[in-house]
Amino acid sequence: MLKRVHFSPSALPFLLVFPQIAITLVFFIWPASQALYQSMLVEDAFGLSTQFVWFQNFEELFSDPLYWEAFERTFIFSFLVAFTAMAFALLLAVMADRVIKGSGVYRTLLIWPYAVAPAAAGALWFFMFNPSLGILPYLLSFIGYDWNHKINGNEAMALVILSAAWKQIAYNFLFFLAGLQSIPKSLIEAAAIDGAGPGRRFWTIMFPLLSPTTFFLLVVNVVYAFFETFGIIDALTAGGPANSTQILVYKVYNDGFVGLDLGGSAAQSVVLMAIVVALTIVQFRFIEKKVSYQ
Amino acid sequence: MSIWKKLVVPATLAALAGSTAIANAATEIHWWHAMGGTNGERVNKIADDFNKSQSEYKVIPTFKGNYTETMTSAIAAFRAKKQPHIVQVFEVGTATMMAAKGAIYPVEDVMKDSGIAFDKSDYLPAVISYYQTPEGDLLSMPFNSSTPVLWYNKDAFKKAGISEVPATWSEMKDASDKLRAAGYKCGFSFGWQSWVMVENFGAWHNIPMGTKENGFAGFDTEFTFNNDAMKKHWTNLANWSKDGTFAYGGRRGDSLPMFINQECGMWMNSSAYYGSIKSQAKFEFGQSMLPYYKDLTDKPQNSIIGGATLWVLKGQDQGDYKGVGEFLKFMSSPEIQAWWHQGTGYVPITKAAYELSKEQGFYNENPGTDTAIKQLSLNTPTPASRGIRFGNFVQIRDVINEEMEAVWSGEKTPEAGLETAVERGNALLRKFEKAN
Repeated sequence: MLKRVHFSPSALPFLLVFPQIAITLVFFIWPASQALYQSMLVEDAFGLSTQFVWFQNFEELFSDPLYWEAFERTFIFSFLVAFTAMAFALLLAVMADRVIKGSGVYRTLLIWPYAVAPAAAGALWFFMFNPSLGILPYLLSFIGYDWNHKINGNEAMALVILSAAWKQIAYNFLFFLAGLQSIPKSLIEAAAIDGAGPGRRFWTIMFPLLSPTTFFLLVVNVVYAFFETFGIIDALTAGGPANSTQILVYKVYNDGFVGLDLGGSAAQSVVLMAIVVALTIVQFRFIEKKVSYQ
Repeated sequence: MSIWKKLVVPATLAALAGSTAIANAATEIHWWHAMGGTNGERVNKIADDFNKSQSEYKVIPTFKGNYTETMTSAIAAFRAKKQPHIVQVFEVGTATMMAAKGAIYPVEDVMKDSGIAFDKSDYLPAVISYYQTPEGDLLSMPFNSSTPVLWYNKDAFKKAGISEVPATWSEMKDASDKLRAAGYKCGFSFGWQSWVMVENFGAWHNIPMGTKENGFAGFDTEFTFNNDAMKKHWTNLANWSKDGTFAYGGRRGDSLPMFINQECGMWMNSSAYYGSIKSQAKFEFGQSMLPYYKDLTDKPQNSIIGGATLWVLKGQDQGDYKGVGEFLKFMSSPEIQAWWHQGTGYVPITKAAYELSKEQGFYNENPGTDTAIKQLSLNTPTPASRGIRFGNFVQIRDVINEEMEAVWSGEKTPEAGLETAVERGNALLRKFEKAN
């Protein structure tokens, strides 16, 4: 047990934490409280008539089967984006780690996609996969596959997952590569001398040692898929066809800024906020303890 | 103190000097619009010409993105008390704007209050009836109105041996079969599907889409478009989507490339695609009226408009509104409207602009360009063909789009899709009723 240390009261510590608290108040607590308040209102678009309705917006939300579908869709989407982005990044990082000549060039090229803005990435994939103009549907037509994500919901989902994951691969790659390079070479050489093949060396030595990096990336990727893929979805499918790519954060935007249902949209954002809080607690209380740091 | 003297005082003086300078200059009129590309340049030219024509007012047009973005940013600006004088709002936003009584300044009142002579009967009935109250007061100024037409590829028709442009849906099917036999991937496609295949389908066959004169007579309206005629139409389209007669290519104008690339020989969408098709198509094309079902009606009624109008927002200096009125009058003059119509494919909003285009020989030189206006004024609008005015319609259109997509892909039956669309639409209507 550590000895408790007593400081004499002084204004200094309060002064030092003040900027942080002020920023949190202005940029988080205030808007969050506004969202909470707005979520209990039914209002016309111009804000000319306002009614306070308590939890009616939430009741409507939770009794709407489409909202639950969006929930389920968001979890599937996030899992697939995180998994795809991390698996590819790890594969590329392992390969780039083994390259000796020209490794700088490979690394630079692999990091590039991260610099592309989501909307620009969306536009890029939009053209590649456009059923009439795109190169990929054209190539697919040679093997007899008729690609049309404007009508086929599964194809649309595959497309947004692919493009969202593609954008995140560069970021993951960077962390995985740094993680791999911090593994002492002597460990791997020792294993090689003992006769372990590349596969075994990877799974028994390198992958466990990467677990802090993997855990960190898992959190980052899930948050990314949940909240930052909005631009890609808007540019590629706008949530369609027939809602098949409408995830929660896109629904917030669509109902609030397109449909002008501010109360309903605010209620959805409150739900999203609750999810973030829950994820954060789970992350720090339970999962992080199971990760082995060196 | 020195900073105070060096920076703040001169800045304040400069600001004061600036404000007196502004007071002597023209009164600024802000106009937010959604016209990008070449149409945006045309909008700027209209404002420029107005500014040059007099020195009292200066109209400043600002492009605010697509229709939805323009409308929502104007609403957000209104809530922050920084609204423009004039905002362009698409026709689906009409009910939302109408309901905001404290926010909008009806155009007819703007004209009356500023003493500008204004005669509603100069305007085309099909256009103006959409934007009137049940009592007949004009709320917003028509600017760019369009209507869906049937675009067809003349070269493809020749190749497939189609001698006559389809006028009915059964002829559409025959023509599509011939086109596909001649090697085209699909017969037809369309965009803005709720507008073209539900809203206009109703008006064209004189079948209401909802109760209370399609919403014109009150907020307590309900959808009725799950009728037999619509079921039959959706069933046909769903079957044609399956067999390849019809290929779906996305919402709004997303399917335009299918027509331009000559995948589909026919395309149904707004007459305002005239400019785009003319500049991109490498084939002879024409436009014709929408097809109809012979067993539903002997002759079609009239189509309804889309596009946008200019709404005047309250909350500016009363003196500014005289300028707004002057500008709206200037903008709807025959010369400007004829010029705008001929370049864009939007319909001329006044009878005088239509007459002027005739005199100038535009329709003789460009056959078919008067299809839209003829189709809009084919018959006197009835309660079922005057237009639609439902609250929350921006969201409801999305609902209809979603259900239609589910039907085209075969995920839902036409009956189920229609029933869900009506059910979800009614829920949104009730929500709107409650909020207003």
